[in-house]
Amino acid sequence: MQRQDLRTWLLLVPAGAWFLCMLILPLIVVFVFAFGERGAAGGYVPAFTFENFANLGARWTAFKNTLILAPLGTLACLLIAYPLAYFLALRASARWRTLLLILVIVPFWTSILIRSYAWIYLLGGQGIPSLLNALGFGNPRLINTPFAVLIGIVYGYLPLMVFPIYVALERLDKRLLEASSDLGSPPWRSFLQVTLPLSMPGVATGSMLVFILLMGEFLIPAMLGGGKVFFIGNALVDLFLQSRNWPFGAAVAVALVVVMLVTVAAYLRFTRRWAGGRDDVSLM
Amino acid sequence: MRIYAFAVYLFLYIPIGVIALFSFNAGRHASQFQGFSVQWYGKALSNPFVVDAFKTSLTVALSSAVLATLFGTTAAMALQSVKGRLRIAFDALIYIAVMVPGIVIGIATLIALVTLFDWLNPVLAAVWPLADGAPKLSLGYGSLIAAHGLFSMALVIIIVRARMAGMDRSLVEASADLGATPWGTFRQVTLPQIFPGILAGFLLAFTFSFDDFIIAFFVAGSQTTLPVYVFSSIRRGVTPEINAIGTMVLAVSLLLLVTAQAILQRGRQAG
Repeated sequence: MQRQDLRTWLLLVPAGAWFLCMLILPLIVVFVFAFGERGAAGGYVPAFTFENFANLGARWTAFKNTLILAPLGTLACLLIAYPLAYFLALRASARWRTLLLILVIVPFWTSILIRSYAWIYLLGGQGIPSLLNALGFGNPRLINTPFAVLIGIVYGYLPLMVFPIYVALERLDKRLLEASSDLGSPPWRSFLQVTLPLSMPGVATGSMLVFILLMGEFLIPAMLGGGKVFFIGNALVDLFLQSRNWPFGAAVAVALVVVMLVTVAAYLRFTRRWAGGRDDVSLM
Repeated sequence: MRIYAFAVYLFLYIPIGVIALFSFNAGRHASQFQGFSVQWYGKALSNPFVVDAFKTSLTVALSSAVLATLFGTTAAMALQSVKGRLRIAFDALIYIAVMVPGIVIGIATLIALVTLFDWLNPVLAAVWPLADGAPKLSLGYGSLIAAHGLFSMALVIIIVRARMAGMDRSLVEASADLGATPWGTFRQVTLPQIFPGILAGFLLAFTFSFDDFIIAFFVAGSQTTLPVYVFSSIRRGVTPEINAIGTMVLAVSLLLLVTAQAILQRGRQAG
């Protein structure tokens, strides 16, 4: 047994050390820096002050944009993803289901940079606007607007929303739907009273994943918002790579992580409640 | 319902298709297609900045994926027999590595390493025995591989573990009962069963690193990866050359993803 313990330890040490050195220690550094002061040439001077946190209001626009567009983007993803997940789980033929599912996931694993670039192309002056112009809709400005950012968000994160909802719907006991219709429920009522509540854990998981990733988004607003739609991520890039105000940047990063942790905590409470609800159903 | 699904698939694939289509455009302008040509591919591939960035991306993706697969697989195997506090701690680490956004990982790695290097470099210079001066530690390949390897390792551990969960434990016990050494059991029983998971983990890790922009943006130092290069070129203006590079990048990820998926599917059928 001793030998086996030693072997287990040896197998765990490289990964464990990597996690500690590249994840935990750097995160601690960010936390410590958030209480420091800015050096004359940028960088960090050790100190203990709450000034950086008191100054967070200076980047209020970035927080505001993120806190408006991240939930909005999550909601848009949800509304578009749900019918697709429903179709894949309950309506698509088994023969095509796997392929269709793969086709949803594949874009998520390809470069988000290139996929956002595609929308610069489509929404730019010579893309959709010129098409609309030719059809007599005037020449609307699409690129570098919150709308463009929203499209980019939906485009980038839709797959992440579809998948958990699909899983929840796929696991759903189809006999419940049969029972509901046998007992005289019209389809829409079966959906509202059986399908929708039972798919809520998937909705919650998908929403949380998308929301959390959106909170840290930089690329989509940078490319499709043209510097006018500024997220927390854009503020962070500015603070660390341009103005080199590390302590303030660290404070912004800490604030971002705190908002995310609150979201995860809310999610965990929510799903626990729904898990409780599901137990009641299975008891029936 | 079917029409709706079809529309969503169009929404997902038309932009990618447009990029690919216009990468073969003979003309310069985005508005009209002026005939088929591969000139932009030629131009991209003879651009030394593109070739350098591609080599950097390839080196980083390969190294980080190999290291992550190796250490991730060993960790996943060891975790099978670990319980209690250590198990909880490790699960928490994996969870944090996956959930903390890339931008925070990038920032944290940047300031931690720069601070460490600022502190180490004078020490190194003072104790360096040779006359030609001490090497200066700085951000570059090392930091890129280390930062990408972190996420990739979490990914490999998750995938390999999922594969192990579906594995038949009785085979391992049977092998041990029949007198095989632990190494023999691993090589002849465990490894063939989890190999699809390992390979898929490797391919996904490679894809992640090859496509990553945000972490590389912070920790690349003097190096330029392909996504970082593409990002800075887009800021200078949209050209068909970027379409050609983008199409190649998409093609690489698509190829790897399809391979990973095929391996996982076949493994599932066999297992």
